[in-house]
Amino acid sequence: MTSPDPAHAALVRLVRDEGRRVLATLVRHTGDLQLAEDAVQDAVLRALDTWPRTGVPPQPRAWLTLTARNRAVDLVRRESARTGKEAEAVSLLEPPANEPPEMLRDDQLRLVFTCCHPALALETQVALALHTLCGLSTAEVGRALLVPEATMSKRLTRAKQKIARAHIPYRVPDAAELPDRLHGVAATVYLLFTEGYGRADGATAADEALRLARLLHGLMPDEPAVLGLLALLLLQDSRRSTRFTAAGDAVPLADQDRARWHRPSITEGVVLVGEGLRRSPGRPDPYVVQAAIAACHALAPTSCDTDWAAVLSWYDVLLTVHDTPVVRLNRAVAVGECRGPQAAMAELDSLATLSGYPLWHATRAELLVRLERVDEARTAFDEALALPLGEAQRRHVAGRRAALVDEAAGESRHVSGLTGSRRASESIPTILG
Amino acid sequence: MTLYAALIYGAELDRGDGSPREMSSEYAEFGKAAAAVIRGGEGLYPTSTATVVRVIGGKGGDVVTTDGPYAETKEVLNGFYLLECADLDEAIATAARIPGAWHGAVEVRPVIEFK
Repeated sequence: MTSPDPAHAALVRLVRDEGRRVLATLVRHTGDLQLAEDAVQDAVLRALDTWPRTGVPPQPRAWLTLTARNRAVDLVRRESARTGKEAEAVSLLEPPANEPPEMLRDDQLRLVFTCCHPALALETQVALALHTLCGLSTAEVGRALLVPEATMSKRLTRAKQKIARAHIPYRVPDAAELPDRLHGVAATVYLLFTEGYGRADGATAADEALRLARLLHGLMPDEPAVLGLLALLLLQDSRRSTRFTAAGDAVPLADQDRARWHRPSITEGVVLVGEGLRRSPGRPDPYVVQAAIAACHALAPTSCDTDWAAVLSWYDVLLTVHDTPVVRLNRAVAVGECRGPQAAMAELDSLATLSGYPLWHATRAELLVRLERVDEARTAFDEALALPLGEAQRRHVAGRRAALVDEAAGESRHVSGLTGSRRASESIPTILG
Repeated sequence: MTLYAALIYGAELDRGDGSPREMSSEYAEFGKAAAAVIRGGEGLYPTSTATVVRVIGGKGGDVVTTDGPYAETKEVLNGFYLLECADLDEAIATAARIPGAWHGAVEVRPVIEFK
């Protein structure tokens, strides 16, 4: 239903945006996610049908809320006529008294914490976030996450069933739980972002993750984790248009056209990093620190100007609040840039628990290339390729291995063509567990 | 309010005909602390006492029994509680206080309330 008419496109966007907000309120009114979705979808369709003829009502959100409520009452009545139960319909008939505007804010927050509840699998949380919080249809969610529509439909139905049957609550966690739960929400949004960011055709997932991060920032502007998350996403996203070639091949950080990095995103991200650090002075939030590392890269005019000493210091800070093998692997790359490949190799050797992780082998391979240990580098590339890798990353690693073979076939052990460019850092995504 | 079953899984335990003192005091403590939400619950004898019953061919068919538990796993069902809680968060918080969750795992499942 794409229309070339910009007025119509704006109307569709308005209806969709308001529909998302109305859904959060309807969930509170009905206490039932599936019922609220059905009712809001009906109201949205009616709006798209009538507004082009009648014009947009003065209060579109109120119109949608009322229409959806009436529809929900219809649905409940129909159901109670079928089962002989009457009680539920009655409470819905009472229109709530005038609700203060902050109620909508709280409705949205409650729904965020429901969709990102730790009792749901992380992949389910990501799908629910796209479907329920971003308003994507089941088919669109499937496309964004590379899952067949039928599978996605089942996953979403099961998730909504679990929410209803197990009574996963609609509420904002209290102050004591909030930091933990907020990190859960941030992890979901970040996973959604990386899902899209890692592929040339992943714009939808990355865009929606950014939208969710902005929504969270609007709802909880003072939370360091939220500031850090939005900053991290903006800084990484600033490079989006330069990360893949037209053919869909990954372009390493060092080779990206920095003139095409999106400056406004970088500026906004850097400001948010500063604010996040000010708000968590004693124990910086892991997302804020990761964003600070991303800022070091974003602010370097050229790859050679990267302040690797600063990057390494931030990784040392990150280890104090989020010590994982993957963070240590990323730190080892910075060690390699600051102290040379030999020092980085020592760090990597102490991380042998990562031998099932392809990027550990790929990073080792790059260091071995710099140490001119070509045969070992080739073996390490092979080991990386034997493990599961994203398509773009697989092509990149295979290309690096092929370059190595070409040079060796030219009877030359000289590998300066490879060592000259410092590639490893972009190929390793920073991941918060 | 929702009724939840908290199914306590862990290593095979043989508590004899009563529990070792320490275990029973931990459970007694939990029973007291969570009395407001506990609606029932029992401990089970070890799986060596289990008999699995199947009726071949459906209702009225041949009754076939097998000695031992339904599935051979490292973690076995050692007992259960019925908990009546406001929502899953309260059920999870309660389950986390069951001593069995400290060494094994507690599976929390909503109970179907047939009307």
